[in-house]
Amino acid sequence: MKVKINFICNNSEIEVLVHPGLALLDFLRKKLKLTGTKEGCREGDCGACTVLIGELNGNELKYHSVNSCLLPIGDVNGKHVVTIEGLNKEDLTLVQESFAEEGASQCGFCTPGFIISLTGYFLSNKKFNPDTPIISMDGNVCRCTGYYSIIKASQSSTKSISTRIKDRKNRLNDLIKVGLIPQYFSSIGKRLRELKQKTTSGTTDSSMKFAIAGGTDLFVQNWEDILENDVNLLSSNGISSKIKEENGRCIIGARASVTDLIESEVIKKYLPSLRKKLMLFGSVPIRNRATVGGNIVNASPIADITNILLALNADLHLKQQNSERKLPLKDFYKGYKTLELRTNELIDSISFELPKANSYFNFEKVSQRTYLDIASVNSSVFLIADNNKITDIRLSAGGVAPVPLYLKSCPGFLIEKEITSSNISKAAAIALSEISPISDVRGSAEYKSLLLRQLIFAHFITLFPEKISIKEFT
Amino acid sequence: MKNYDLNRHVRGESQFVDDIVPPEGVLHAAVCYSKKAHGNISNIDLSEAKKAEGVKLILTAKDIPGENQIGGIVPDEELLAKDKVEFIGQPIAVVVADNKIAANKAARLIKVEIKDLPIITDARKAYEAGKLIVPPRTFVLGNIDEHWKDCDHIVQGTVESGGQEHFYLETQGAIAFPVEGGGLKIISSTQSPTAVQRVAARILHLPMHKIEVDVLRIGGGFGGKEDQASPWAAITALAAYKLNKPVKLILARQEDMRVTGKRHPYSSDFKIGLNKDKKIICYEVTFYQNAGAAADLSPAILERTLFHCSNSYYIPNVKATAYSCRTNLPPNTAFRGFGGPQGMFVIESAIYKAAEKINVDPVEIQRNNLLKENDEFPYGQKAEQSNAGNTWDRAEEKYSIENIRSNIKKFNETNDIYKKGIAFMPICFGISFTNTSMNQASALVHVYTDGSISVSTAAVEMGQGVNEKLRQVAATIFSIDIERIKTETTNTSRIANTSPTAASSAADLNGKATEQACKNILDRLIKAATEILKVDTTADIEIMNELVYKNGKETGLKWDELVKQANLKRINLSSHSFYATPGIYFDRARERGRPFAYHVYGTAIIEVTLDCLRGIYEFDSVKVVHDFGKSLNPIIDRGQAEGAIVQGLGWMTIEEVIQDNNGKLLTDSLSTYKVPDIHFTPKIEIEFLERSENPMGIFKSKAIGEPPLMYGIGGYFAIMNALKAFRPETEFNISAPFTPEKVLLNLYKKVDEIAAV
Repeated sequence: MKVKINFICNNSEIEVLVHPGLALLDFLRKKLKLTGTKEGCREGDCGACTVLIGELNGNELKYHSVNSCLLPIGDVNGKHVVTIEGLNKEDLTLVQESFAEEGASQCGFCTPGFIISLTGYFLSNKKFNPDTPIISMDGNVCRCTGYYSIIKASQSSTKSISTRIKDRKNRLNDLIKVGLIPQYFSSIGKRLRELKQKTTSGTTDSSMKFAIAGGTDLFVQNWEDILENDVNLLSSNGISSKIKEENGRCIIGARASVTDLIESEVIKKYLPSLRKKLMLFGSVPIRNRATVGGNIVNASPIADITNILLALNADLHLKQQNSERKLPLKDFYKGYKTLELRTNELIDSISFELPKANSYFNFEKVSQRTYLDIASVNSSVFLIADNNKITDIRLSAGGVAPVPLYLKSCPGFLIEKEITSSNISKAAAIALSEISPISDVRGSAEYKSLLLRQLIFAHFITLFPEKISIKEFT
Repeated sequence: MKNYDLNRHVRGESQFVDDIVPPEGVLHAAVCYSKKAHGNISNIDLSEAKKAEGVKLILTAKDIPGENQIGGIVPDEELLAKDKVEFIGQPIAVVVADNKIAANKAARLIKVEIKDLPIITDARKAYEAGKLIVPPRTFVLGNIDEHWKDCDHIVQGTVESGGQEHFYLETQGAIAFPVEGGGLKIISSTQSPTAVQRVAARILHLPMHKIEVDVLRIGGGFGGKEDQASPWAAITALAAYKLNKPVKLILARQEDMRVTGKRHPYSSDFKIGLNKDKKIICYEVTFYQNAGAAADLSPAILERTLFHCSNSYYIPNVKATAYSCRTNLPPNTAFRGFGGPQGMFVIESAIYKAAEKINVDPVEIQRNNLLKENDEFPYGQKAEQSNAGNTWDRAEEKYSIENIRSNIKKFNETNDIYKKGIAFMPICFGISFTNTSMNQASALVHVYTDGSISVSTAAVEMGQGVNEKLRQVAATIFSIDIERIKTETTNTSRIANTSPTAASSAADLNGKATEQACKNILDRLIKAATEILKVDTTADIEIMNELVYKNGKETGLKWDELVKQANLKRINLSSHSFYATPGIYFDRARERGRPFAYHVYGTAIIEVTLDCLRGIYEFDSVKVVHDFGKSLNPIIDRGQAEGAIVQGLGWMTIEEVIQDNNGKLLTDSLSTYKVPDIHFTPKIEIEFLERSENPMGIFKSKAIGEPPLMYGIGGYFAIMNALKAFRPETEFNISAPFTPEKVLLNLYKKVDEIAAV
């Protein structure tokens, strides 16, 4: 299975007949000999292979960072791919200069990835402050520097750009002028529009073995297998990535990325605490690719987005060739990685009722490393309280059962109860009777039970600090 | 004066093994590994694999023309397992194919039948079964048996410390290609080109001069490529030799994590005795090192544990015993600190436990026992220019320890969920290979007729900035622009019989050799200048900033011109020079001597905030006063210190190597083994201790690679102290890494046990 792909790589137009599931990393390194992009782990956990993807959003050229090891080349069709070589100009770029000044590179293997990520931050954000660039590098691992010099380099880059860019209208040209990117970037918008005419959209067929949305999990396990099979790239089959508000419900296109969730106005308005919590999911390049639908269908018992949507009592809108149906998310999981999903059926969208007055939401996640790690246990709560009395409550728990768990007895107990530490303690004990954690690399069963109890306490301490304190649980 | 490679690094132009354009017709190797941790091989079935597409050759132990042996210290490790496997991930066969994917596929088709033998993964169990790699070692100072009676407080305990995955960003790999005359050239990501050369020669039964090993740079090593780069290079060499074709092997990340060794886990017992003045009188310690299935560097690592068993403290009576225990895990290997961190963690734990018993702050014991001038280490060497106390006192002053303490107290009084903890971590680390014979290096310096200079040494650049330091040495000796100086690849044909780039010593050893080589050439150039300028004595001539001076006056003769003229005069513009660290020796029969050229000292103050509800923590700051000697390059040295600190904190906290009882590694990918990320990093402040000049180091500097890693040990006790702020009455076991799981179970388990009664 080969398809024609057209894209711009750095300053060159590329047209190639290739398997659409080939990892972009392999194409860059082996075919284009662009070896500045490194293979460090091939699972999106080190960032040495980070590249930028530019695409037109209306008239605006937008860039985001991705892990090229997890990116099917079919998904760069019609886009601009920027590798470290594509940033290089005669003298160092502003970001390169700051890294050199601070000695923020030692062995050098991870460095191109960091430079790309930080450059991507300046390209894709309009407001800068010294603390946020660090987030752009949350998917990059360095084993030599201990990061402190990198943090300093990012701060000096930010300072240098902030003081030199005043006009926000012609941003791209300004960024060229301050030396962030080379001159040719100014021609990319026009060239992408020209490219659009050449670009053919890929073929999709839901009977194909691999249906790939973000690919952030599929490519970790199956990259060799993908190359031997036909792949259905969902980016070109009409599944939406939009998030909208409709009749009191939030409708999320299944292909919406985690970044889309973070940036969504609907989420910002109705679930303001979620934005920050979603930073605990993956890394910037993973969040840019990982989709809500993929998180659900991957059926990991520890999936963060699924955990959140369970507490929000979400419905799945499933689509087959000629039929559609609605299914509550909590009924989707039948056993470990076993789904209530028919042959050739895909998740089209997800919806949930938007919170109204007196409602509360919280998400908790604990992992060995706070960022870019898979939870040991996660949990979400959504509740409505009327005068200190819980009138409706839903609780989810991840990592404590073969499926993303929607708790039943625990919230059942809390309905119509006052929010008191004694009730919360009892409810937590009930929750522990509903779970069946196993000991694995994410923690012992004993730890996971204890942790779930603590996270249930944490929900109420966070949401009702004036009513509930840690002292009552120790 | 930044790392020589920086501009290339930030542009992505620095090449690593997988970036080098391989010779035409390169083939790719894939390795078939043992899936069993212990057993006898009854059959290896290659039939399916041989039929697979693209396969050129499959190699097993019987195809090795030389000796199937890669063990350096002890000959106990086969390149390809012949009759027996001793760990999961032991190479059994090698497939060579047109491309990597074909090789991988064929390797999966090889069927190996193994008859199970009992598996031991635990060091103490191996010890009980009498499975030792080498005979035990014991260091003694004074006489503990006579002095326990002088102790007012005696505390005993057990301490566990875990393994650590190196996670060099560039995985292991090599390319080998045949050269005329039946020899091979190998490009390897190794810290030890000579080890690769020696192993390849041994495997192929070739003289060493037929194997040329070349290293441009490596993408991180941390000890993981000191001995364990050799098998992969030897495999490519074997395949290239057999096929007379270039062969490449780059390990995938998960493969690398599964099959290579790590930092040694240790289990240790201690007994410590103090008098009422909080002076440590006696210290007895027994280390059980988990060596894995073969010796690798374990005996040397074991030795360094003993050398560092008392850290920065003077203890008059010490008895330290160490056992290297053979288990069915991949052979554990060198990792920054080389056994030192494991030894130091135990004495720090002993002091912590003693403080708990006496009911004082551990700092009172720590500060009260720091090494003073001429205090004796448990191996006979005496502390010289001890900066243990200086760095401690300066850290207290510089970072206003009283303010830190009162802020923490206030924070802990006003916060219920979050508690802060603080710990001091003094370090004392011996510099020199403890195997005295390895403390040698040589340099080859060429001055070309245009005045540019090339420097070759045994040092491998792996991010530690040794190339820049070597350039500084040459530029300083000649007094010329540093841009004239280029460091070359590390190559066994240019520099022979190299010691590995390890033990923090590369800049010292190779710097000293470079210094001497440059001086040799400089002497000849000055002599040439006296002839050119018609001066009687060389004493009147000096080169400064590329200009030749006569009696302090400019002569108009410039560096390039001088070099050109010297060449016309048939003056030798090249020099090969050799350096061996003077004055060091160690008598293993008596376990006494002067193994180290000098010691590196320092003190860190580490602060952490603990979330006592969720059991997670965040390091706030690491504040250090470190003895860099007279730093040769502060930017590089600071970078080394920062990187080591974070790596040390990782070892003590979130980096957890887990194997199951069958010897299978469970934390075999970056999604399950977590190294520190950018959010993990605390604020790091480092003050360079003033007025420290080290006569034994290059340009009076001190080695920097390893010592600061051990500041990370303080992270463990900072967390412990935060825990105690929440649960003052509880005593906790000491078992690193202090993962969020251990923290939470420590915080609540006992409460729950009480509640359950």
